Amino acid sequence: MILMTLIANAPNRSPKGSPNGSPKSSPKSSLKAWRQNNRRQQTITAIAIGSIFLLGIIVSPWFLGESGLTTVLTDRNQPPSWAHLFGTDWLGRDMLRRSLHGLSLSLRVGLLAASISAVIGTGLGLAAGTFGGWVDAVIIWIVDVFFSLPHLVLLILIAFAVGGGTQGVIIAVALTHWTSLARVIRAEVLQLSNADYVQLSRHLGKPSLWIARHHMVPHIVPQLLVGLILLFPHAILHEAALSFVGIGLSPHLPAIGIILAESMRHLSTGYWWLGVMPGVLLLISVKAFDWLGENVRSLLDPKTSQE
Amino acid sequence: MLSISNLGVTFTQYDQGLRRKQLAVITDLDLDVKAGEVVAVVGASGSGKSLLAHALLGILPENAALSGTMRFKGEILTPERCRALRGKTIALIPQSIGYLDPLMTVGGQVQRVAQLAGRAKAEASASVSKTFARYNLSETVRDRYPFQLSGGMARRVLVSTAVVTQAQLVIADEPTPGLHPDVVVETLNHLRELAVEGRGVILITHDIEAALQIADRVAVFYAGTTVEIAAAKDFLSGNLRHPYTQALWRSLPQNEFIPVPGNQPSPEQLPVGCLFSDRCDWVSETCTAERPQLRELRSGWVRCVHAKG
Amino acid sequence: MRIKALLIGATIFAAQKLLRLGLLLIAVAVFTFVLLSLSPIDPVKAYIGADMMQISPEQQALIAERWGLDQPIWSRFLDWLGQLLQGNMGTSLVFNQPVSQVIALRFQASLQMLAIAWFLSGLLGLGLGIIAGALQGRWIDRLIRLYAYTLASSPTFWVALLLLIVFAVSFKVAPICCAAPPGVLSGNVTFWQHLHHLLLPAVALSIIGIANITLHTRQKLIDVLHSDYVLFAQAQGESLWNIIRYHGFRNILLPAITLQFASLSELFGGSVLVEQVFAYPGLGEATVQAALRSDIPLLVGIVFFSALFVYTGNTLADLAYPLIDPRIQLGGQRSL
Repeated sequence: MILMTLIANAPNRSPKGSPNGSPKSSPKSSLKAWRQNNRRQQTITAIAIGSIFLLGIIVSPWFLGESGLTTVLTDRNQPPSWAHLFGTDWLGRDMLRRSLHGLSLSLRVGLLAASISAVIGTGLGLAAGTFGGWVDAVIIWIVDVFFSLPHLVLLILIAFAVGGGTQGVIIAVALTHWTSLARVIRAEVLQLSNADYVQLSRHLGKPSLWIARHHMVPHIVPQLLVGLILLFPHAILHEAALSFVGIGLSPHLPAIGIILAESMRHLSTGYWWLGVMPGVLLLISVKAFDWLGENVRSLLDPKTSQE
Repeated sequence: MLSISNLGVTFTQYDQGLRRKQLAVITDLDLDVKAGEVVAVVGASGSGKSLLAHALLGILPENAALSGTMRFKGEILTPERCRALRGKTIALIPQSIGYLDPLMTVGGQVQRVAQLAGRAKAEASASVSKTFARYNLSETVRDRYPFQLSGGMARRVLVSTAVVTQAQLVIADEPTPGLHPDVVVETLNHLRELAVEGRGVILITHDIEAALQIADRVAVFYAGTTVEIAAAKDFLSGNLRHPYTQALWRSLPQNEFIPVPGNQPSPEQLPVGCLFSDRCDWVSETCTAERPQLRELRSGWVRCVHAKG
Repeated sequence: MRIKALLIGATIFAAQKLLRLGLLLIAVAVFTFVLLSLSPIDPVKAYIGADMMQISPEQQALIAERWGLDQPIWSRFLDWLGQLLQGNMGTSLVFNQPVSQVIALRFQASLQMLAIAWFLSGLLGLGLGIIAGALQGRWIDRLIRLYAYTLASSPTFWVALLLLIVFAVSFKVAPICCAAPPGVLSGNVTFWQHLHHLLLPAVALSIIGIANITLHTRQKLIDVLHSDYVLFAQAQGESLWNIIRYHGFRNILLPAITLQFASLSELFGGSVLVEQVFAYPGLGEATVQAALRSDIPLLVGIVFFSALFVYTGNTLADLAYPLIDPRIQLGGQRSL
């Protein structure tokens, strides 16, 4: 009893917890609002820069056209210089332009595959969380089976089974990247299902689908958006890996993986830039997607990004 | 043995946007402990009790700054001296079993405490055996993990950690909440025994009743300051000096059971005058103008201008 | 009494694990079979390959009949499953050897590389994670985190490519490919030659795993250092490094080991790419060969084997729990 009265009377004086300031003093709170606003602007700026950079890479082939991709035998095997930032290859083609073309193709393939994957993941996650019972059990079991095989082996198996090529890569990547998103969405739905207003709708006799559409979707869309953006780098890396080992895009469509695979043949001759520079560009793009995802997350869901 | 005067602890915090701000969580704290006595430190949570223990052991977080003086055996306690004495001369009995490593055997941990106190390995092991025997803990308990102990056993193991060090000053931080009444009595008796052996014991608690059972003197903390130091018998004889102590005493269920209205001031908005002024019936202009000094009164100490002899 | 309980626990554990493994393999079998049945690849064509022109339609039909391709799908599945259960995984078309033999041989070559990579990534990851966690916020922590985050988004094969460029081409301290010097028969390879060819691929493979374990160990150590029991250890005068030695290590080891065994899946996938870059004749390289040259029996065999491999890793993690955490018992729940 004493304990209770004492605790009830005590204000929170924990030095660790962030103090809740005084809401009354207006200069303080307006300052805080300005800072939060500032942070918001920084995040939005980051998102804009990331998006413009990635969009720039994707649309670059249409601006560059075919220039620089023709064989110029006098310019063969040039190391990086101001004229050719990424150097030239064994046919005298400009490696920066080739890399941009390849990366643009890889990004488009990766984006398409990741988007399909996100649709699958969302659908299965919603179904598992909403219907529960055996539907949930089966979906969880499928997820478990997917996790029981090494990701790359699964990718190779699927890409091979559907006949390889561009469509093989897209199907393989789309079919293997939905699992974690499905888990996240399922957990979110389960959490929402226990919310009072959803329980109420259920008691009022609303059908499951109606509840899913009116109560779940608005909460799930932000999760989905962040999940989708964070899917891109994985999808792109796996697309590049498949193309690199020769199971993905055909050598006539020089995606970034193909360009890197080609560079293998010229390694021992010391033309390092053929392998290094396109890889750097790929790494930067992947990092840009990660960065974009984190910033969108902190914009939509500030709680999870209070580092 | 230990005397603390005008202790202050200030935290430097970074608010949003990296704005620095100072939080005075302890201001003008006074306390003294003699060898062979139990001094209870009583106060609500946030009154600075646990921080006092952390300050004595030199385990305050890095953003804390100390002011005032702490003397141990006549010598000033600098942070360096705290670090040298902790675990050897000054020991802590923690609140709960959560303060033991869940993945290390109990015997191993108490042994480690003994070794840190400066004993050789074999000697440390012998002292663990002796201490465990003293507290009726069988040898097999040494191989158990914290999660395998009962509540009573856990208490005795925690007391053992202080005994194996042979520390002269023992700080027990909230040793009683959540325990079975029998275990509470047992634990308090163990603390009393430590004092009988000649150690100084600081019992940090918010349970006045428990404190009065074994304490010689009681220091009452309020909002990071000492408002009164009274003998334990003063409570029963109605010889209390400070209005907050009196209000606390009245709030006990067996007394009038009237809770003290209002809240402790937040460290962000400490009043200029007496810290208790906004909840005090005796408040006057002098109280709100200036912080009262701690003064001797009726063979105790009080920080109130209105308390009379 | 305790031993008896332990035995019962172990039996239950083994039974559960075997049952789950059986279910998993059946699932993988169904999945693989359905996938390959739906595939546009004609197994007969794939088998005959370039010789298609020289084989008459009658002969093709004969092959199809012998393989049971004229049977309905479920009977083909049962037939196939029966063969698998008898341990008959068929004959590899590429290597012209029984699939089980190819896998055994190739896995031996990969295993050494995987083992070195696994230990390297575990030890380095744990070490870097502990340093970063203990010195949280210092420049070295920032450096380690930057390194880990950058590695986490680097393409595996590109990292292998970089290592090859630096160590094999520029410094010439490592061989540029293969498991043995050119012209040397596999029987005559010395131990040092073997290690020489193994090391760079193994290092490349380990680099992939380091990032994950570093970041997890760092976070876990930071959590431990903010715990009550570490505060108490400080009050006893324990130094930072001794706190890590006596308390930190124990408490971060369990998540680290779980993660490390779970990483076997990723390691296996990584080996496919790394072996491709280094032209190292291991199981990963065989996987790519099987897919590129439509060697269905070998590809299916490798899929099964990789599932078994991943499952073994997870089971080892389960076995490691009770050794480190006394609160966890084999075959039972956490007793608290």
